[in-house]
Amino acid sequence: MKQRKPKPQGLAYKRLPRRALILGGLQAAFVGGLAARMRFMQVDQADEYRLLAEENRINIRLIPPTRGRIYDRNGQIIGQNSPSYRIVIVREDAGDIDKVISKLSELIPLTADEIERAKTEMRRSAPFLPVTLADQVTWEDISKVAVNAPALPGVTPEVGSTRQYPRYEDFAHVVGYVGPVSDYDLSQIEDPEPVLRIPRFQIGKVGLEAKQEISLRGKAGAKRVEVNATGRVMRELDRQEGLAGADLQLSVDADLQQYAQARLAGESAAAVVMDCETGDIRAISSAPSFDPNLFVRGISVADYRTLTNDKYRPLANKTVQGTYPPGSTFKMVTAMAALEAGVISPSNTVYCPGHMKVGSRRFHCWKRGGHGSVDLETSLKRSCDVFYYDVAIRVGIDKISEMANTFGLGIKHDIPMSAVAAGLAPNQEWKQRIHGQDWLVGDTANASIGQGFMLASPLQLAVMTARLATGRAVKPRLVRSVDGIEQPSGAGEPLAVNRNNLEQVRKAMFSVSNNRRGTAYRSRIIADEFRMAGKTGTSQVRNITKAERAAGVIRNEDLPWERRDHALFVSFAPYDNPKYAVAVVVEHGGGGSKAAAPVARDIMLQALYNGTPPLEAYPAGDRERIKEQQKRLEGDRRPKARPDEKDRA
Amino acid sequence: MSYLEYAVKSTPSGFRKFLYMNWPLTLLLISVASAGFLMLYSVAGGSWMPWAEPQMERFGLGLAAMFIVAIVPIWFWRNMSVVAYLGSIGLLIVVELFGTIGMGAQRWIDLGFMRLQPSEVMKVALVMVLAAYYDWLPAHKTSRPLWVIFPVLLILIPTFMVLKQPDLGTSILLLAAGGGLMFLAGVHWAYFAAVIAAGVGLIATVFNSRGTEWQLLKDYQFRRIDTFLDPSTDPLGAGYHITQSKIALGSGGWNGRGFMQGTQSRLNFLPEKHTDFIFTTLAEEFGFVGGITLLILYGLILIFCMVTALSTKDRFSSLVTLGIALNFFLFFAVNMSMVMGLAPVVGVPLPMVSYGGSAMLVLMAAFGIVQSAHIHRPR
Repeated sequence: MKQRKPKPQGLAYKRLPRRALILGGLQAAFVGGLAARMRFMQVDQADEYRLLAEENRINIRLIPPTRGRIYDRNGQIIGQNSPSYRIVIVREDAGDIDKVISKLSELIPLTADEIERAKTEMRRSAPFLPVTLADQVTWEDISKVAVNAPALPGVTPEVGSTRQYPRYEDFAHVVGYVGPVSDYDLSQIEDPEPVLRIPRFQIGKVGLEAKQEISLRGKAGAKRVEVNATGRVMRELDRQEGLAGADLQLSVDADLQQYAQARLAGESAAAVVMDCETGDIRAISSAPSFDPNLFVRGISVADYRTLTNDKYRPLANKTVQGTYPPGSTFKMVTAMAALEAGVISPSNTVYCPGHMKVGSRRFHCWKRGGHGSVDLETSLKRSCDVFYYDVAIRVGIDKISEMANTFGLGIKHDIPMSAVAAGLAPNQEWKQRIHGQDWLVGDTANASIGQGFMLASPLQLAVMTARLATGRAVKPRLVRSVDGIEQPSGAGEPLAVNRNNLEQVRKAMFSVSNNRRGTAYRSRIIADEFRMAGKTGTSQVRNITKAERAAGVIRNEDLPWERRDHALFVSFAPYDNPKYAVAVVVEHGGGGSKAAAPVARDIMLQALYNGTPPLEAYPAGDRERIKEQQKRLEGDRRPKARPDEKDRA
Repeated sequence: MSYLEYAVKSTPSGFRKFLYMNWPLTLLLISVASAGFLMLYSVAGGSWMPWAEPQMERFGLGLAAMFIVAIVPIWFWRNMSVVAYLGSIGLLIVVELFGTIGMGAQRWIDLGFMRLQPSEVMKVALVMVLAAYYDWLPAHKTSRPLWVIFPVLLILIPTFMVLKQPDLGTSILLLAAGGGLMFLAGVHWAYFAAVIAAGVGLIATVFNSRGTEWQLLKDYQFRRIDTFLDPSTDPLGAGYHITQSKIALGSGGWNGRGFMQGTQSRLNFLPEKHTDFIFTTLAEEFGFVGGITLLILYGLILIFCMVTALSTKDRFSSLVTLGIALNFFLFFAVNMSMVMGLAPVVGVPLPMVSYGGSAMLVLMAAFGIVQSAHIHRPR
């Protein structure tokens, strides 16, 4: 047999090479197209795709900055960062999650809520991501977990950082507190920094922490990590360290603050101690207070309700936020306005019969029988009201209001605390604007003794006193230095008032607490070098009706607490060379001389002696009682045993 | 038997056959396969396991198969065409009844030592049977309607069986390869014009079937088409694969990111990086230079096949060689178009490079037929 012959070359056969070449040509064209496409993507568009690939693989992770610490003027720590422990679980390592969690809950207390939340989070996140099971865990619980680690696969303790306030209640109102960023916080900030989106990142919520947030926060660092398609970090590429927040040094003296807080305990009260020379706030306490650490952790509903239901309002910062009718402590301003206007001279007298007819109304002096003939010094010393009705009407409200502003009343002071109130020093224009009514002469009479529309915060009263003491426009300074940089002093310019007039008022204030007939004589300072000048104030929070006045004004002790008068006292010392100004307001405390002046005096002495004053500074008759008091306060001030960081009982 | 009619003198015999093989083609195949081993080593993170080593074993097996097929005279294979075709149809029926489900499709028969994909075998068998048919058919009958319908049926039967699996990619390849062979055989161009018109109509019908009871494609296939038309509509879902593939390919740049330095593949942004998307990894790591090199190797394979086909006077040899070359072309053209975002993701691997046993074996056997045609060409 022979090799099979190729088939004869017919028409269709001839077509084969031709068609093969056509098809080959098509294939070649397609291959060329592929090559062109490849060139387009890999050469022309390479940079764009490279960028996309880098975006795919590189994630930027923020490193939260260390928050700046807060110190008092002597370097005592007020706000710090302390390690906080939490327990995290990694799903892919844990295996049987339910089993591991139930084992863990035998070791440490876990609420059903925490477990539920962790499980939900685990379902949503990638299996290799740690999920927090319990936050703010005690060291003891952490050790338990560590010891039992082999039985708890996937469970690890982690160390974080949290804010801690070692002075507890003492600085709650000054420093405020931090808390995790909330959605509301983010909505309030325009273009929030990415660092704020780190889960559980703490920012200042109120007080100095909030007001100085930017300085305290610092700048977040960043690390670039390579991640795979599922988001698992493969390695760290590089890292850029952030900038720790600035440390703040307050002008406040923590020991004095602690003393003031202890001295005010039991009352709803506020005290401000100001350095007359620099405006430094040496103490600024509002009582009662609260433990800011509770808020850092997330306060329980029960604790929060206890705080909000307290009629003494522990959450309110009465020193700057609370405004009170200044009462008789305002009389210095009225006196200055009258002296400056030339309406009176120091020797002019007014006769006080115990009341005065202003318009159609009868205005009473606090003293039923009247003070008789009073001059400037007597009017302040014995706090005669009629004298001030008389001179105020002659001066007019606008000048008084102006003088009030000169002394720092009715204007908002620049101090980094929350809800700083402007108070109110009304004038005719104000009443017209706000109430749409004409200013009445009776309003002037009320204002002259710091009642009626007049409102001032304890801080403003301290500023007023410091300005009276020095004749300078002293401004409050709470932060002494930021990151070691000294902040401008609040010494201020000399006030545009006549020195002599000021001297007259100061002299009268000296009499208040040093003259036998002065309203604050019982709260005087004996120590010669530390003589104190002051002024009491008792401001009504109710109207005394004609009928009541006829029947005899009800004594404060017989009234329900919230209707009693506010007790106020402002003072400066030493008289010759003023160092400190102190303002004390005791809400519904009764008379200023009885409820506020002793407190102010005690705080003043504590400040002057920079510690517990010798008994010799006190009037002889008081020494036994003061000794007792010092002993008691000493006990209160000793650091109390605190409940565990996490009260899980 | 026709191979017994073969006159021994005019063609090489015994071991001399090896000398007369199409050696450039053999070397090209080895080079391409080696590129595959390298890439499989790379995508495994610098490890011969789990892909490169089995692939090398299979390539060795495939090479042996190629040699064995090559030394058997080409007319034996022509006579086996019908058997191969019928056998492949039988396998497709078997896979329909007992096949292993993988990736949502019934494609494999598990033979224990390897998984056989009958549709792969069918690609070669279809080319063989059509080549044999046109070898047998007198030339003047080529374009007669009755003689055109028969090969059309030969093509459509396996095409629909594969489409039912469902394996859209392979069925398109079968259709295209079959059509291409008929074109080579010299069927009048008017038929092709008609078929293309009908094809357009069919595509329209398929699209219209969407959401109806007689829906012709699975939902995932429709979604793939949607994604192809506009991958950006679903960058994290259906379009994810193609988007990531384009990023990987494009980011390779001119020189590539270096062997084993492809971030997209190493960090798992690329799907199926050892099979369908292996070219992406190659292009990412070796850049335009690497990609174009592989493309040139493929082109040379086609050219050497073409040379064999045009240098033989045997019609079956020519047709089967060109058919296999066409198959090979369709394979890599569809795969590359797919990873470059020019075609929908239909699941066609890159020939000789992608990991996969049966495709490689069948392809090597097919090249064995090409070699056989080359060795036994009438001189």
